[in-house]
Amino acid sequence: MRPLKLNWTAQAAIVIAGLLVLLLVITSFERPPVRSSQNGFRGTAMEQVQNPRTLRQVVARNAVPEAQPAADPPTDDSDKASAVYQNVQVLGELSNAQFLRIMVAMTEWVVPQHVRDAGNGCNYCHNPENMASDEVYTKGVTRRMLQMTRTINADWSSHVAQTGVTCYTCHRGQPVPANVWSTITDNRAGMVGPTGQNRATATINYSSLPFDPFTPFLLGDQDIRNISTTWHPRQNSDDVRIAEWTYSLMIHMSQGLGVNCTFCHNSRAFASWEQSPPQRLTAWHGIRMARAVNNEYVQPLTPVFQANRLGHPEAPHPLRVGPNGDALKVNCATCHQGVNRPLLGAPMLRDYPELNQVSRGPLRTSEVAPVSEAQRN
Amino acid sequence: MAMLTFEQKYRVRGGTLVGGDLFDFWIGPFWIGFFGVTTAFFTVVGVALICMGAAIQGTWNPWLINIPPPDLAYGLRLAPMREGGLWQWITFCAIGAFVSWALRQAEISRKLGMGYHIPVAYSVAVFAYVTLVVIRPLLMGAWGHGFPYGIWSHLDWVSNVGYQHLHFHYNPAHMLAITFFFTTVLALGMHGGLVLSAANPPRGEVMKAAEHENAYFRDLIGYSIGTLGIHRLGLFLALSAGFWSAVCIVISGPFWTRGWPEWWGWWLNLPIWPHR
Repeated sequence: MRPLKLNWTAQAAIVIAGLLVLLLVITSFERPPVRSSQNGFRGTAMEQVQNPRTLRQVVARNAVPEAQPAADPPTDDSDKASAVYQNVQVLGELSNAQFLRIMVAMTEWVVPQHVRDAGNGCNYCHNPENMASDEVYTKGVTRRMLQMTRTINADWSSHVAQTGVTCYTCHRGQPVPANVWSTITDNRAGMVGPTGQNRATATINYSSLPFDPFTPFLLGDQDIRNISTTWHPRQNSDDVRIAEWTYSLMIHMSQGLGVNCTFCHNSRAFASWEQSPPQRLTAWHGIRMARAVNNEYVQPLTPVFQANRLGHPEAPHPLRVGPNGDALKVNCATCHQGVNRPLLGAPMLRDYPELNQVSRGPLRTSEVAPVSEAQRN
Repeated sequence: MAMLTFEQKYRVRGGTLVGGDLFDFWIGPFWIGFFGVTTAFFTVVGVALICMGAAIQGTWNPWLINIPPPDLAYGLRLAPMREGGLWQWITFCAIGAFVSWALRQAEISRKLGMGYHIPVAYSVAVFAYVTLVVIRPLLMGAWGHGFPYGIWSHLDWVSNVGYQHLHFHYNPAHMLAITFFFTTVLALGMHGGLVLSAANPPRGEVMKAAEHENAYFRDLIGYSIGTLGIHRLGLFLALSAGFWSAVCIVISGPFWTRGWPEWWGWWLNLPIWPHR
């Protein structure tokens, strides 16, 4: 065999290409040791695999702020917030001490740091001249959010169990939670497909799947289906498009919870409940919960947010509506923020019994809760 | 029992790596050698252990027999026989048998004064197996990361490992491996087709040879790789398929814990896109 002779330009090109590939390989991958846990019978590869270096960062991001000292419940009716203050609509059953405690806590949980630091925390929702006034829009929103929190903790224990949620579960010291979604107008630029395929977003792990699984599944109640139960094609309502949309939602859940597919499914039979880990049932309720929260609490607030697109004057970023003017809605990542149990399962609600005293009756003054919605609760 | 009466004279003694003349004999058409003995030993013990596992499991249905590795909790320790120890010893026997077989191939190559192409090619397949059941488990810290021995159970394992990374088709080495597998099949199909078409002319015409084969591909794509070259190409394609298969699984877990689509972030982050 003749030895291969290349001119020096070709040799240099090969060496440079090789170095680039080497650089890519070194910089783009992770490295051992990794951490793994087993959640199925041995040998089934039902496993969670995590990078311990990344995991440390996730743990640090999910620390719970120290709880305020507990406050005594009301001794009699005259001690109740409804008697002490005017226009108390959802927290009237609290004692004065509890009422002040939860106000301070909510300020820490939701009001931006720079507003708190400037000593304007209360003013984020209140007119300091007249604390009872509803003129600041954030106050009305907060009432609905308190009722939402109560609904989640009272009616959705199938998903949140006794751990429950607080404002902090989503807000983490920010007026707008870090992970929210809104509808997007598809501009079909480049190779973007009709369902938004080839639009790379973190939500779907940058895969070529429909980029918006939320409108059909977490706002609408389209069937979440992957596997046909009948022969193609004939009377088969499950097609590839539905499967891909479902896959897209599932990838979002996986990303939001920091787990892989085998956390909820044995992939040998995705649809089979008998072969699925129990976490799948919790997740099933979670999908319904996110859908209910969007439809009953977030979406009805759209007019309020549209009237206050720029948000509170003290914290004009980010915009309080999406590009299409709809309210910023919740998905799995809104609470979970990369861990399968929000805040790593810390039972934060236990330290804030005030949140269990929220009245879910219709609001007197707020335009944010349609009567029909309020009655439903 | 030689197949042909004149076969005897093609038998060449010597070339052994171990054992000298001791095992340098034939049984029927099969040359034995030291590594033939060890191959048989490990195979018999390994298959017996698989049968033991099947008996414990309580099934003789070949589709359903399942020898799973230990729980991850055992780490890199030995596990009790009924809790994965069987898998560990069967793995030991399998590697013993496969490596013995490769060395037996090497001895026969030496015996006949040939190159080591066959043992090298076979070793790539053994390497892929060892990657699955030894190298990757070592890198991840537990024998439990190996795949179970069972016709259906190993398929379930493959599926779940794929879904541990959300979408395995985005694994770059998996892409390469699949491409090489498909290209191997394409090359083998075209090679077989070409040889048969040259060897089977219409009735009454003489058989065509390499000149026609070369001319055919020069007419078709302007180049013919040649009679020896096509076999070099075939070997390269096939070994690359096995090699990148091993790479694609060894990077899944030890060198990448997240969804494979996300790995391509480096491409999306290149400073060549208008909006990023």
